[in-house]
Amino acid sequence: MSRFGRLVGRDLTLALRQGSDATIAVMFFVLVVVLFPFGLGPEPNLLARIAAGVIWVAALLASLLSLDRLFQTDFEDGSLELMALGGLPLELVVLAKATAHWLVTGVPLLVAAPVLAVLLGMNRDGFGTLELTLLLGTPSLSLIGSIGAALTLGARRGGVLISLLILPLFIPVLIFGAAAIDSALGGLSVRPHLLILGALLAAALPLTAMAAAAALRQALE
Amino acid sequence: MTEFAGSHLSCLRGERLVFVGLTFRLAAGEALVLTGPNASGKSSLLRMMALLLRPWRGGLSWDGAPVADDPDAHRARLRYVGHLDAIKPMLTAEENLGFWAALHGHARPERQARRALDRFGLERLAAVPARYFSAGQKHRLNLARLLLAPAPLWLLDEPTVGLDHAAIARLEEALTEHRAGGGMVVAATHTDLPLPGNRALPLDAFAPTPGDPDGRPS
Repeated sequence: MSRFGRLVGRDLTLALRQGSDATIAVMFFVLVVVLFPFGLGPEPNLLARIAAGVIWVAALLASLLSLDRLFQTDFEDGSLELMALGGLPLELVVLAKATAHWLVTGVPLLVAAPVLAVLLGMNRDGFGTLELTLLLGTPSLSLIGSIGAALTLGARRGGVLISLLILPLFIPVLIFGAAAIDSALGGLSVRPHLLILGALLAAALPLTAMAAAAALRQALE
Repeated sequence: MTEFAGSHLSCLRGERLVFVGLTFRLAAGEALVLTGPNASGKSSLLRMMALLLRPWRGGLSWDGAPVADDPDAHRARLRYVGHLDAIKPMLTAEENLGFWAALHGHARPERQARRALDRFGLERLAAVPARYFSAGQKHRLNLARLLLAPAPLWLLDEPTVGLDHAAIARLEEALTEHRAGGGMVVAATHTDLPLPGNRALPLDAFAPTPGDPDGRPS
């Protein structure tokens, strides 16, 4: 466990010293959401109606931004093959790196989301659910993304490829994330949606770790 | 008596056979030096020994037991230093090594890292980010990883490239100590490596010949 924490800590230190990933993801998130009022016109009812979906789609795209480099630098400088040589199973390496990715790109989205919800005029009733869905959903995005990041290692234009591979897999998270907020705004129970988001996360933890580790082994051959 | 051996190893890279029918045997305290021209498969053989590359034919054994039966145990007993240095430019020398020491399970990785830096003459650079290191210093930092945790088998790919005389002497000292403690060394090199009593394994002797029954992949 301490080895796992150590790897998460190293990735966080690297992300903070390089300093770009976290700010780029959250800036992108804010900008995409802010574009909608410009494109659709300042019609409060319309914006409030689509706020949940817009915020969720923007969150998907923002967490996709830095995914292509999840394993890339470690692959290029030889760290990944040394990690494959022991100490920590590759499955846990995947989980540690996905955790660091979520802390760097997912958590800032949680912080920015309520501000954007205000901007789009979302009803107050939806705020708590918005945060809950992002809290349950964004870790799944980082985990599912790790499969794409591992599969596209060494590929040219990996960043484009990863979007095509991974965005379809994000759809279930998007559906239940946005639906939960709509239910909250409509006065319906959000529990089923949140349970499904939690189930998606629980399933993603072991499955993505195994799939991404298998892809990494393939890439290291 | 510990013994690391490979029998009838063949290496296929892409569509090209690199070497065929390679057999070696290495006992505790011994050193094997891989020689041969470029592209004769020195690095590939080292990666094969590190289980980073699967042999096309043949297999490796440790104390008579096939390595493929328990790859994790084999990974735990080897240290591999390749061409890639696995150094993060944004981290200091001590942080770089400390991370690997922690992955090897050290309770106090920083102290272990400083000790290893000391051995390769990098103690004064411990707190300097690795992006300010010269190529030789980076290479020494890479080699210092060998000393983080004891392991019986060292696999070194061109360990002397870019090193000055003082650094080669330090490497020699580390290698002698490692072998005196019963460790094994396999090194690929073009230049003379200070490994007294080593056995040479010229890889060009195992180059595939046309018409070899084990030759072309079908």
